[in-house]
Amino acid sequence: MSLEELGIGILWLFLFGYLIVASIDFGAGFYSFYSHLTGQRQQVRTIIERYLSPVWEVTNVFLVFFFVGLVGFFPDTAYYYGTALLVPGSVAIVLLAVRGSYYAFNSYGFGSKSLYMFLYGASGLLIPASLSTVLTISEGGFISEDGNRVRFLFADLLTSPYAWSVVLLSIVSVLYISAMFLSYYASKAGDTAAFEQLRRYALAWMLPTILSSFLVFYAIRGHNSEHYEGMLSLWWMFALSTLCYIGAGWLMWKRKKLGLSFMLVLLQFGFAFFGYGASHLPYLLYPYLKITDHFTSPAMASALIIAFVLGFVLLVPSLYLLMRLFLFDAKYVQGKLKK
Amino acid sequence: MLQWLYDSYDPVKLSRMLTGITLFFHIIFATIGVGVPLMIALAEFIGIKRRDSHYLLLARRWSRGFVITVAVGVVTGTAIGLQLSLLWPTFMKAAGQTIALPLFMETFAFFFEAIFLGIYLYTWDRFKNRWLHFMLLIPVVIGSSASALFITVVNAFMNAPAGVKFLDGQLVDINPWAAMLSPAAPTKVAHVLASAYLTSAFILAAIAAWSLLAGRRHVYYKKAFKLTMVAALVFFAATAVIGDFSGKYLAKYQPEKLAAMEWHFETTDKAPFVFGGILTEDNEVKYALKIPYLLSILAKDKPSGTVTGLNEFAEADRPPMYIHYLFDLKMMLVGMLGIVLALFLFYLLRRRSQRQLYANKWLLRGSIAAAPLAMLTIEHGWVFSEIGRQPWLLRGLMRTSEGATTSAHVDTMLVIFVLLYIVLGISSVIVLTRMFRSNRAEDEMIAMGLEGGEPQ
Repeated sequence: MSLEELGIGILWLFLFGYLIVASIDFGAGFYSFYSHLTGQRQQVRTIIERYLSPVWEVTNVFLVFFFVGLVGFFPDTAYYYGTALLVPGSVAIVLLAVRGSYYAFNSYGFGSKSLYMFLYGASGLLIPASLSTVLTISEGGFISEDGNRVRFLFADLLTSPYAWSVVLLSIVSVLYISAMFLSYYASKAGDTAAFEQLRRYALAWMLPTILSSFLVFYAIRGHNSEHYEGMLSLWWMFALSTLCYIGAGWLMWKRKKLGLSFMLVLLQFGFAFFGYGASHLPYLLYPYLKITDHFTSPAMASALIIAFVLGFVLLVPSLYLLMRLFLFDAKYVQGKLKK
Repeated sequence: MLQWLYDSYDPVKLSRMLTGITLFFHIIFATIGVGVPLMIALAEFIGIKRRDSHYLLLARRWSRGFVITVAVGVVTGTAIGLQLSLLWPTFMKAAGQTIALPLFMETFAFFFEAIFLGIYLYTWDRFKNRWLHFMLLIPVVIGSSASALFITVVNAFMNAPAGVKFLDGQLVDINPWAAMLSPAAPTKVAHVLASAYLTSAFILAAIAAWSLLAGRRHVYYKKAFKLTMVAALVFFAATAVIGDFSGKYLAKYQPEKLAAMEWHFETTDKAPFVFGGILTEDNEVKYALKIPYLLSILAKDKPSGTVTGLNEFAEADRPPMYIHYLFDLKMMLVGMLGIVLALFLFYLLRRRSQRQLYANKWLLRGSIAAAPLAMLTIEHGWVFSEIGRQPWLLRGLMRTSEGATTSAHVDTMLVIFVLLYIVLGISSVIVLTRMFRSNRAEDEMIAMGLEGGEPQ
């Protein structure tokens, strides 16, 4: 494996980490707001808050990690994506800012306010939509380059069926992943009422998830046939993803082994995400940027890899400790410990 | 202002404004984020060591407010992190090869801090051994200070690029580790850390002083006031020493900045320190207060030291001349902080006036004023440092105008972000004041059954 592939592999792993933790977070915000509206707030919200409070800060870091690493390994991405993404990127920043701070204002400051809940819940669905723009742009067709000016073809993006299918998939997946995780968490807490409610959400989003996945598959065929061919040649990864999806759904339906069920959700998205990523290579931005050209200086690449390894040595045990204390600690999950 | 925005669309100027405004807002929360964990650790340490619940409550209340500021710090930090690539794509293309390492390590440090802060906040009563809970704060303190360290290293590189060679418009022979240890790094990092600790100590002191001035005489506030002011005293001394080193650094590596801030045109020895005054069209300094030899002493440690003048630099490479006034302003701000601390020291050392320490209205008022003044000094120091680096983005390598985006929407984004910061700023002030007003320390002490919790 070349340094380039190792670099993009690590970064992709972080993006996947973000996708999962952020989905849980965004979806939780939405369900929290939704249950506030429909009056079942206490049931679902207590569970959600108990999970989110100690971890919300960590979520953002996965994202920062990804783009700092990307610019480090592939400096030209800053040049192309930076120019193109000013508007969608800024929209995402504003939404993330509103969401993050109002979460803290709401849960640490003072009692819940409907406005705060709304800002928090609604932004959670808009952020995945604005962030998924990056993936859409990476397929090419939305950027033109003349001389040394990069132009972003905004109108093309807004009218592209592919772009909208990605937006749809991102929103649906957020709600699905989140409900699957929170059901598992509620069942660990022994909170039957909350579990039943969240399980209904999870099952309701199952069909839309698979349908929107197929829609994206179909849309990419029309948009970037080269990538579509690549995805076909990795068909087995997508097949495994579908199997995991079926397994996860079946266990949830039967209310059995919910931990395993969520593991299967992780694998389902893992196979699809890595299959998508692997078939996208060697392009970082079709057709302008390959991972092999404009790779960072060799000295920086090895320095970054060293930093990665040292960082992991610190991070993995810390993350494990966080999970031990708040995710897998029965007393905490059941709310028997004071804050 | 708005007219100007519509009349001439200049992405370079607008990108500078947007970056500047984002940093200006972020620095408020970043400073608190670096300094307050150390103060929390100090209070908790004393509390456990002396078995004094007042200090433990202090640490607990500080950390509760701290979460709110961290949240805004995190989101604005994410904003500046992304904006670097969005507004300065060409610069980041170059920077990616040279300074990605410290940028990256900053994220690691922050990750580390975020994990342990979450654990710390939710485990106050979880461990029988109080020291275990205290230990959780150590990675938070290390993480927050380390992220300040690494991000300052990036800025230091921009001021004094090292570890690279510039050949035919390309950065070559890159040594990432050497780039991190640029000549500007030691003084800058030390100055940023010390001044963040200082400002945070002042902010927490102001809160205690406010309560004391409002007539709340509980011993809790006295302990809080004394702890924070003594800490401020120590950090002030450290900051002053480092400030002196910074002058010597400038003289050696960025002489044009030092010369511009002191309006020093001719290269001479026995250079005077210039305060105030005006600059005529033919670069003559008038009506200024001049202290003979002081600039040479500051720059070279001896009155006969030779200080490089501005005439050695091409007009296009000189920083704007008004940074002289910025520096004067900074000295005045620092002077005012010094007066407040001197007053505190006076009452602290005179045994007879110990009571006055917590009752002297002027000392308390001064301590309240010191918090915004200290924050202003930090903001001001950054503005000064960044404008003093103009016209360079990477000093000597890349001009600011070469690094900016060519996008056509920077003006709209500028307006959107200004609105965002206004809303976030107002909200966080409202939330913080309500949070502490609705749950006063006295009430909390009664609720916790602490001795002395009853109104005196």
